Parts: sequence; structure tokens; C-alpha cells
Amino acid sequence: MDLTPHLPALQVIVPMLAAPLILLLQPRGLAWAGATLVAIFSFFIALTMAVAVSKGAHFGYDMGGWTAPYGIELYVGAFGALVLVIVTGAAALSLLAARASIDSQIELERQPLFYSAWLLVLAGLVGIVVSADAFNIFVFMEISSLASYVLIAGGPDRRALPSVFKYLIMGTIGATFYLIGVGMVYMMTGTLNLADMESRIGGVTDINPILVAAGFITIGLALKAAVFPLHVWLPNAYTHAPHMITVFLAACATKVAIYVLIRFDFVVFQANLSGHQLQFSLFLMPLALLGIMVASAVAMFEGNLKRLLGTSSVAQIGYIMLGASFVTEAGLIASAAHLFNHALAKGGLFLAVACLAYQYKDLRLAQLAGAAKTMPYTAAAMVVCGLSLIGVPGTAGFISKWLLLSAAMDEGRFAWLLVAVILISSLMALVYVWRIVETLYFKQAVAEAQSPKEAPGVLLLVTWVVALANIGFGLFPQFPLSLSSAAAKLLLGHVL
Amino acid sequence: MILVALVLPLVIAAGIVLAGRFSDNLRESVTLVGACALAWVVWGLLPEIYAGQRPELSFGEILPGLSVAFRVEPLGMLFAALASGLWIINSVYSIGYMRGNKEKKQTRFYTCFALALAATIGVAFASNLFTLFLFYELLTLSTYPLVSHKGDEATVKSARVYLGILLCTSIGLFLPAIIWTYHVAGSLEFTPGGILEGKIGGADVGLLLALFVFGVGKAAVMPVHRWLPAAMVAPTPVSALLHAVAVVKAGVFTITKVIVYIFGVDFLFSTPSSTWLVYAACFTIIAASLVALRQQNLKRLLAYSTVAQLSYVVLAAAVLKPLAEIGAAIHMVAHAFGKITLFFAAGAIYTAAKKTELHQLRGIGRRMPWTMTAFTIGALSMIGVPPTAGFVSKWYILAGSFQAENLLAIFTIIASTVLNAAYFLPIIFMAWFEREPEGGKNHGEAPPLVVLAVVATALLTLGFFFFNGSVIELEKQLVQGMAQ
Repeated sequence: MDLTPHLPALQVIVPMLAAPLILLLQPRGLAWAGATLVAIFSFFIALTMAVAVSKGAHFGYDMGGWTAPYGIELYVGAFGALVLVIVTGAAALSLLAARASIDSQIELERQPLFYSAWLLVLAGLVGIVVSADAFNIFVFMEISSLASYVLIAGGPDRRALPSVFKYLIMGTIGATFYLIGVGMVYMMTGTLNLADMESRIGGVTDINPILVAAGFITIGLALKAAVFPLHVWLPNAYTHAPHMITVFLAACATKVAIYVLIRFDFVVFQANLSGHQLQFSLFLMPLALLGIMVASAVAMFEGNLKRLLGTSSVAQIGYIMLGASFVTEAGLIASAAHLFNHALAKGGLFLAVACLAYQYKDLRLAQLAGAAKTMPYTAAAMVVCGLSLIGVPGTAGFISKWLLLSAAMDEGRFAWLLVAVILISSLMALVYVWRIVETLYFKQAVAEAQSPKEAPGVLLLVTWVVALANIGFGLFPQFPLSLSSAAAKLLLGHVL
Repeated sequence: MILVALVLPLVIAAGIVLAGRFSDNLRESVTLVGACALAWVVWGLLPEIYAGQRPELSFGEILPGLSVAFRVEPLGMLFAALASGLWIINSVYSIGYMRGNKEKKQTRFYTCFALALAATIGVAFASNLFTLFLFYELLTLSTYPLVSHKGDEATVKSARVYLGILLCTSIGLFLPAIIWTYHVAGSLEFTPGGILEGKIGGADVGLLLALFVFGVGKAAVMPVHRWLPAAMVAPTPVSALLHAVAVVKAGVFTITKVIVYIFGVDFLFSTPSSTWLVYAACFTIIAASLVALRQQNLKRLLAYSTVAQLSYVVLAAAVLKPLAEIGAAIHMVAHAFGKITLFFAAGAIYTAAKKTELHQLRGIGRRMPWTMTAFTIGALSMIGVPPTAGFVSKWYILAGSFQAENLLAIFTIIASTVLNAAYFLPIIFMAWFEREPEGGKNHGEAPPLVVLAVVATALLTLGFFFFNGSVIELEKQLVQGMAQ
């Protein structure tokens, strides 16, 4: 039996069905092994689809044989395939590396529950990506959000509770806004299928509710995506979550929201609303620029390593939004490529943080002085990923920064402002990354120097795989770029 | 062969790390043998270049128009041959110096040195701006651990200035210049005659040139020269090879290459907005020489002298005439020989006597005659007195300035010669003819390996005056087809 046409459905169903089964795996370590296997399997599904999509194919799927617009449609194009690779890749690698770290942070008897929630987040996130149906997206969004609240609050750090509460409130507002918007569109068009919406909005005579809906949807998703200034939930949630959860969420969670935002705005609205393009740009570009500058500046003075990296994520999301806000092919390619490259860089950095957490319970920079002596391999991996975050040539981060800069050059009158902001923020990134490097390598250790004691092998191995991937995709970026450019063409195909 | 030249230093670096686990002698043999092997490989490329061939090597495109590719042309060949040749002498010196001063973390030192050489070769052979930029950044990063080698608070602070200025200028100015070039020309390939003619005009040319000149912080055109004195906290072998030869020459090399192969000399000459570069270079030469006059620390004096000498190369390139371009290339060599001698001598003095300040040098010539003779030769070369290397390059730069009828350049060269004499001659006088103060440390010459290296480079400085024909022959290829 050829399973290929069923891949989009399998992508969701496998982790979702596996999640309750994991609960049954009580004996020590089995829950982890099961969850990891499922995540790796999902990763392979995503890769298979990505390879097929990069050859020009795309996947459509009608759940239960009910054709759209009556049934639920799944759809995976180039953009979706790219995001799926990011999400499942992050899940597979973080789960693979997670065992020892989770053992030290989560009590044994709660672990099956924890891994089960982890798979639910995965199922929710991939569900969002593959859905071609606005309401289905909402359902999966709720699944992933609720489960991720559990994950973030699940660690030993009690400060995670107020952070997660903030995240919950803001996330719910975001989801509600999205739902209100979808409801209004449904009211006017009578459909929830995205493709169907696109074709029917053109026939709507009274366009005002659609305009309001576009506003609600954009803001709701921007909240989920932590677009500045709606990002306040993010740094604390990342800081206090269990380390491996931070790795997973930082690499992919907000990116899925960005995916939906871009997809909704480009596919549904821009084809139908005259002037939407301009509104979209004028709304998001200033926010992106502000986010880049403010968040980078804050990160320069942040004292806690995890919060520093979390704040830097807000700036990086700004880059992604900036590229999209150009509404040009070059901009969208840059945006999509940065989704991928930032996941690599930030995922790698947080993996290195998880390694550091073995020796250093307190992750404030001041406490980490001289850590390169105790954990030389971890520190080196951190430097590599940090360089990628700055965008030094030869690393993945450079590719997307180059694309973004060349896209910004085409922006006419504002080109110089945009280029200046990107460059200045790169220099700010240099400052905050170098603060970490200096602390690790050149500050005198607080306690007496310990003999080298590295993190467990698997975790370190995964960290290095990601660090080397940062270099690999910096020198051979063809795979993410081919997907990105296909995605950009696809998205722009809908513009008026 | 290009590939071998690029990979060999990396292999050497790996070899050094491995050998460092077993014994110091083995590690240093690896360094020395590696340095010789690299020089052999690089110099082996020379006949091809003389024959007018341009060997190429490409690793394919990363993005459309962005490729990692190498092509050996006369200027790059000269730079690579210079750096790899002097690395041998420097390795001999390093061994003597590092042992003599009982420095720590020597394995890291030799490893980073080999990495820096790899980056230098990459800069020299790059066939487009992107590849050059890649290795330019690698060079900065690989030399950072060398500058901060000592590891104490003050050193780390200086190293931060070093890294901060070099990375900030390169990301903040050099990168946008590259992107701008790419945007208007659609290519980053180094092409004889330039790629920008007709694509950009008016004041934009001057602005783009400014982005390049100040973006390439390694060329130390004021006001982005501050990293050079800051880098003097490094051990002397680092100052000698990297901050008198490889790193700074990578800077002026890049600027020369951009002027010759990106803008095109004739195009720039016909564009009035590019003339500011001559003024900037002249200002740097005079100002840095004046600052050097006031220095009390020998290495800082040499650093400011380097800043001034680098701007000679920039000035020569900016005069935009064939003879001056040849002068720029020759001055890279001449200054390298002279300055490495001076730094070696300064390091020898530090190793033998722990002296770093000028006033401590009274009468030191009698205790360290070999070192101070070499120092004198190096200083005379800086001033441009025959029979030293400095005279040859100054001759060509002056000739080029006359060709361009650029009075400012002529005046600056003459004035700075006077200034150079004003800060070097008192040191020479003090060292040889004044009496040593009573109660000083009783010391003799530096370790033999150190002296050997100093004497070798001093001989090179002298020898280049007599045997420079082959270099000039090579660089004449650089200016083929240029308007006279």
C-alpha cells in the first residue's frame, strides 16, 4: 500500500494517538523512548513530504473522504513542508537529547504524563500547519497551547507558574481574537476552508466585517507569535520552563503562529481586499523594526542567560516579520529562510544552555564565569550557534541576513533605514552574544575551577549536531532555500 | 594546489592540537615543518602566475551570485607568499620567545596561529568579495584568542576593543558596501578593470568607497585605527606576524583589491567624489606619525608607526596611477620586512631585559648588538633610507604621485619621512651612544632562536633593496591595461 498520499494525515495522527499510549509506559525510560521514536517518525514523515514538495509536488488530503468545503481538508505546500520540518525536527532532536535533563527536572512518576503532553504539543503544532481549515487551525492551536502550558509549568521552578499564567491569559486572548475573526469571516462567507474563503470573499458586498476580521486575526496571531509589543509573555515563559522544553518551544512554537499569520494574510485577505497589502506592511513593518531594536537593546543588558536568549528571540521574530512585511518575493524568501535558520541557531543555543544547566544550577551570567574550562565542548558549541545568531558569514544566520538585507535594498525610499536597523541590530546581537562568550571563556570562575565535566553524551552530541548544522546550512543552504523560494512564489501567487 | 594551501594550515592546526598532548618539542616541530610545507606549496604557485595563468578553484554557489571561490592573481599571490614565507621565520621566533618568557597555553597559541594563517591565505586567494569577507571575519575571530592570550583583566579589555572595532566595522560598513555593490553590479567577482563602471556615479562612488575603506577596519585608516594599539597587549610574535604582516596587510590588501578589481582604477580616477581618500590617507599618515612621536612604550610606538605605514599603501592605491599601484604592492612587502624586524627586536628586548619603555633603552646596543643592529636596519627602512626595502617602495609611490601630479601626496610622503626620522633616530641614538644607567639588570642577548629570526628579517630588509626585480615584474601584471 502506498502511504504517500496519506502523509499529511499521518503527520498529525501518529503523535496524537501516541500521546495517550505513552501514559501506559510507566516503567522508567520507556515513556521517553516511546515519545522519541514517535517524534523521529514524525520527522521522517515531514522530511519525506519536504523532499517531494521541493520537487514540485504538493499534498492535499480530504479527511474521511469528505471533499472540501464540506469535509476537513489538509494541505501541505512548500511553506507548510518547511515549517513541518522545523517543528518535527525540533521535537525529534530535543526529545532525543531530553532524557537526562528531564530526569533531573521532572519526578519519575510524572514523566509519562509529561512526555504525553509533549507529544500533544507536537500534534497540535503539526496540526496547525497541515490544516487548510480555519476552525481546525483554532482547535489544534488550543491543543498545542494547553499542552504547552503544562510543559512550561511542569518543571521544578515555581516561578514558572506566574509566567505560565501570563502566557495562558495572553495566549487565550490571542486565540479568542483569532476565533472572533474567523467567526466574522464565516458569517459573511459561510465557509471555514481557507481556499474557499479566498474565492468567496470576492463575492461579499459588505466588506467591513471582513476588514474587522482581518484586524482581529492579524492581532490575535501576532499575540501568539510574540510580535513586539505583544511579546511580554515570552521571555519569562522561556526562562522558567524546563530546559529541554525551552529548546523545543523556542525553536518552533512561535514560528507556527507566524506561519498561520502569513498564510491567512497572504492567501485569504490579500487576494480580495484592495489596499490590504499596504495595511499589512504599514502595521507590521514598524512593529518589526521596533521589536528588532528594542528587544536587541534589552538583551544587551539582560543578566540571565535564558532570558537573554528569549529576549533575543523577540528580535529575531522581528526579522521574520520584517521580511514578510515587504510583501515581495525576496522578502518572503528571507522570512521563510530565517524561520529555519533561527530555529537552528536558537535551538542550538538553548541546547547548550541545557548542557550548562548540568553544572550550573543558577543560569545568571555572573554565575557562569569560566564555564568554558569545566565544559569546553558545550562552550564551543555555544560560540558556533552564537555566531550564527549574529549572522557571521559561513553560518546559517548569515544566509537569511543576507537575503533580508538584499530584500530591504529593494524597498525604495526606506531602504537605508531598513538596512541600518538590520545592521545595527546585528551589532547589538554581537554585543549580547559576546557577553556570553566572554563570560564563558575569559572571566575568572566564581567557585574554584572544577575539572572538566561535560553534560551527558547524547545531549552533547545533539547539541553539536545542531551546531554543525548551523555551519552546514551556512555553506550549503540549498535545501531550505529551495523550499523558501517555492513558498514565497506560492504565497505571492495569491496577491492581487 | 590552492586547495592544499587552504587546507594545509588547518591540518597543521589539528596536528598541533594532537602533538600538544604529547610533548612541546613535537608540537613545535609540527609548527615548523607545517610552516615550511605551506610556504613550499604557496611559493610553488609562483611560476604559473608569472606565466600569466590564474589558477582557480570553486566550491559552488551558496546563493545566486554568492560563491566560495578562489583565483590566484599577482596581488594575492604576493600577499600569500609574504605571509607564508614570514610564518617560517616567525615560528622560529615564537618558539624562542614563548619558551623564553614561559608563556602559558602555548598549544592554543600555535593552533590559533595556524588558523589565522589559513584565513590569511583565504583572504589572499579569494576571487570575489563574499569569499574575501568570509575569511576576513575568520581572521578576526581566529586572532582574538591570540590577542587576549595573557587573559588578565586589562588584556581582555583591550582584546574587546580589538574585536569590537574589527567586527563592528566589518558588519556595519563592509557588509553593506558588499551588498550595495552586489545590488548595483549584480556580481561580486574581482574583475580586472572593475565591475562598477557605469553602474554607479556621482557622490555615491565616494560614499561606497568610504563604506569599503572604513569597513575594512584592518587597514586602520583613522578613525578606525584604535584596535591596532589595543592589540599590542598580545605576545610579540602575534604583533609581529599578525599586526605587522597578516592582519593589517589583509586590510590594505582588501582596499587595494577593491580599488583595482571592483571600482577599477581608471573609473575612480575619473570620478571626483573619490578624491577624499587621498586626504584621509594623508591625514592618517601625518596624525599617526605625530602620535607616534609622543609614545613612551616601544610597542605602542611601533603600532602607531604601523598605522601610518598602512596608510602609505592606502595612499598609494588611492593615487590611482599604475606606478603607485605597484608601489602599494611593494610597500606591503617592504613594510612587512621592516616592521616584523622591529617587532622581533622589541620582543627580543622584552625577553632578554623585560624592558618595554623607550627611556629604558639607553645603551642597550652594547648588551644586545645583534638585536639593535637589526632594529636600526628596520627603522631605517621605515624612514626609507637606502639601502633598505623602504626606499624602493617609497620611490614607486612618489613616482606614481608625480605621474598623477598629486602634490598633496608628494608633500605628505616627504613630511612623514621627516617625522619617521624624528621618532626613530632618537631611539637609535639612545641605544648606541648613550650610557646605560647604573644598577640595571645584567643581561646579554635574547635566546638564540629569537636572535636568529631578527637577523634573518633584517637581512631580508636589506636584501629587498637589491633583489626586488621579480616582485616588481609580478606586480606589473596587476596594472596591465591601465591608463598611464
